[in-house]
Amino acid sequence: MTTNEHLLSLNNISLSFKGVKAINNISFAVNRGEICALIGPNGAGKSSLLNVINGVYQADEGEINFDGESKKNMSPHRSAQRGIARTFQNIALFKGMSVLDNVLTGRNLKVKSSWVEQVFNIGQAPNDAVVQRKKSEEIIDFLKIQPWRSSLVGSLPYGLQKRVELARALAAEPKLLLLDEPMAGMNSDEKAEMSRFILDTQREFGTTIVLIEHDISVVMALSNHVVVLDYGKKIGDGTPDEVRANPEVIAAYLGTKH
Amino acid sequence: MLYREAGQFITDYRADKSIFRLKQERWGFYLLLAIAFIFIPFIGNDYWFSAILIPFLVLSLAGLGLNLLTGYAGQLSLGSAAFMAVGAFAAYNFHLRIEGLPFLVSFLLGGFTAAIVGILFGLPSLRIKGFYLLVSTLAAQFFVLWVFTNFSWFSNNNSSGVITAPQLIILNHDFSTPVGRYLLTLGIVVVLGFLAKSIVRSELGRNWMAVRDMDTAAAVIGISIPKTKLLAFGISSFFLGIAGSLWAFTYLGTVEPHGFDLTRSFQILFIVIIGGMGSILGNFLGAAFVILLPILLSNISMNLLAGAIDPGQLENFQKIIFGALIIFFLIKEPNGLAKVWQTFKQRSRVWPLRF
Amino acid sequence: MSFFFEVLTGGLLAGVMYSLVAIGFVLIYKASGVFNFAQGSMVLFSALTFVSLLERGVPFWISFIITLLIMLVLAWAIERFVLRKLVNRSPITLFMATLGLSYIIEGLAQAVWGAQVHALDIGVSDEPFEIFGMLLSQFDLFAAAIAGILVAVLSFLFSKTRTGISLRAVADDQLAALAVGIKLNRLWFIVWGVAGFVGLVAGLLWGARVGVQFSLSLIVLKALPVLIIGGFTSIGGAIVGGLIIGSSEKLAEVFLGPYIGGGIENWFPYVLAMLFLLVRPSGIFGERAIERV
Repeated sequence: MTTNEHLLSLNNISLSFKGVKAINNISFAVNRGEICALIGPNGAGKSSLLNVINGVYQADEGEINFDGESKKNMSPHRSAQRGIARTFQNIALFKGMSVLDNVLTGRNLKVKSSWVEQVFNIGQAPNDAVVQRKKSEEIIDFLKIQPWRSSLVGSLPYGLQKRVELARALAAEPKLLLLDEPMAGMNSDEKAEMSRFILDTQREFGTTIVLIEHDISVVMALSNHVVVLDYGKKIGDGTPDEVRANPEVIAAYLGTKH
Repeated sequence: MLYREAGQFITDYRADKSIFRLKQERWGFYLLLAIAFIFIPFIGNDYWFSAILIPFLVLSLAGLGLNLLTGYAGQLSLGSAAFMAVGAFAAYNFHLRIEGLPFLVSFLLGGFTAAIVGILFGLPSLRIKGFYLLVSTLAAQFFVLWVFTNFSWFSNNNSSGVITAPQLIILNHDFSTPVGRYLLTLGIVVVLGFLAKSIVRSELGRNWMAVRDMDTAAAVIGISIPKTKLLAFGISSFFLGIAGSLWAFTYLGTVEPHGFDLTRSFQILFIVIIGGMGSILGNFLGAAFVILLPILLSNISMNLLAGAIDPGQLENFQKIIFGALIIFFLIKEPNGLAKVWQTFKQRSRVWPLRF
Repeated sequence: MSFFFEVLTGGLLAGVMYSLVAIGFVLIYKASGVFNFAQGSMVLFSALTFVSLLERGVPFWISFIITLLIMLVLAWAIERFVLRKLVNRSPITLFMATLGLSYIIEGLAQAVWGAQVHALDIGVSDEPFEIFGMLLSQFDLFAAAIAGILVAVLSFLFSKTRTGISLRAVADDQLAALAVGIKLNRLWFIVWGVAGFVGLVAGLLWGARVGVQFSLSLIVLKALPVLIIGGFTSIGGAIVGGLIIGSSEKLAEVFLGPYIGGGIENWFPYVLAMLFLLVRPSGIFGERAIERV
């Protein structure tokens, strides 16, 4: 396995919050084009890990290697520029804007005209506006949210908001997509639908995906690679079947026999 | 029934971007412009121009400026009047000290000066969030006023500290008459109104709203928070600066710091709240409200109550009513008069049906 | 050198007066997360009511009690008609509501009691007396003593009584507090009542110092820099913040003023607070908010 296959590799990452070690010396690698699931009991450090990957938190120790470049820490802005997009556990949408506008903000790094050109509708702006609108509509089509494109995001039901958040992330044409509990709060139909969207994303756009998910059946069905965390440490790393048979993982989830 | 979308189809993305999507709205707006520019100058009297229409227009512009910063970009500010003052004094000084500089250029330079000062006092917003930012804009408000009051250079060392505004001669036309001042103000406000509308519909406007709604998410998707915030302060102050120049030159006829105090800043904030945050139209509605309410009240007192309430008391009642209205709007319709208007339009689109 | 100390001490004592006003803010902020802009008008209203009663011949302590009762009614009305309708809205919305409130209360105060300045004598003379070669105002010392007592009493109330603990719960998470059975309405009534009381005390002291007049509500704006330095949620911080603002303002006015012009105290506290925020965005004692994404 050459390192070229790894889009992302974390080496010895540690992070503490006021003395509590949220992430304890974690290392793993994610191959290009794979779907990697991060699982583990609550509080195991999964969201924190995701936050470290895209720069919302700065790791205390360790190194992140993304797409050939190694850095200890990246700012969120920089990681967006390098092609990392994400969704959040508690939906971080811009509630005062429409669905279309939210998706358009996702394209802000791909826009070719400056805001001044846009205001006066000169230069690159007219054509670029059409291009951006086209691309956004493609994503909106892909996630089947066309009927709501002009609706205020804050007024949409939870499941739709989650799809809009995914749309905004995809609009950036990311190399790496981080999904933080994309199926939280959904029933089984909605989960099936979201799973299909995630698989379609991998298939059609070749996006590498790292997702945090609690529903084990979803994890087993969707992912090529599973990493298990418990109390900030990595206790499992491999294919879904390997991880399922791992005694440490079983112990963490089901408790040990007395 | 007249106000219907039937038969009007939008067939490409470019058309979807137009400001007025319905023919009726577009024609309605043209009609309004025609009335404002052509009809009113003929039927209006001097009192209406000088005491009602001009301050209405200028305050709308000021509200517009603040709305860009607070309503769209979410940065709370109590320093609006200070930036107006900067615009007014800068325009005055540019006009005074540079021979033959056209008035409009002085106004523009006044606006740019205000923009720079705005960016300066906006720098703290990069570190300070939300409510605490208030202190920075308050500092601006008090400091700027102190500078203009204490350093007589700005007032051209005028002993009384109050400067009379020079005669407004633009492109060889004298705009100093009430009608002239009205048309000049109207022209500038309409142009800047369109400019503002274009800005909020551009990427910058979206970025502002993103920063307002959730700035951590905005950073994560690649929006540059510092640039977005500082542009908000700069552009907002530019609008406020022009409004300040207009206030001094076309409304008051004097350039003095007194009229740009904290009370004025509050007044502009009220216009934004009552008119609707995050709206362009709202500022006009809010300003109309703020200008007309006192007149309405004194008319009621005069005509219905036979002048039973003296002007001082009237002011107190005004205060109470304003305060109550603010609270009312915040509770019932936080999006202000603009939303009320929008709901009305929505309802008339489907009238006589309900939905 | 002793002149410097005299100015400094004068400033510190003035600062105590600022702290008194700031404490009112802290109380309400702790309970409802609202920066109560109306605190200023409440101070003015209470002082005006008190003074007007006094002028009509009502004895000191009866006036005090009547004013206090009126403030309680005001607190009840505010809770009932404003706060209750704005539960869970954004802090900016709440702040703007208090802005509206301040206008109502101010308008009301002046409509009912008139706009003239009233002199207020609360029985403590302003004669200076000497200590360590400095001339200090007796009145200022008295005010400092009152502030000290207030702080002690309030701190005790906050940490030891049930109401105080409920208050801290509410400040943390309103919905959670409701879920645990804390009666939000009653709590807010208590808090605004206490804030009204503190406002009354502050109003009396300030009124005695500068006369009861409209500009009292502007003095209150100075509480904002105090809170920024001291943090919005700490009573001790309000004291420290007040001392810092009071002394620095005085010192700047006396030592810097002659060089760059008079009237510095109008903006100096705000600029100071602004610079301070650049270094420590949550104040000395304030809690740093951890944003969970």
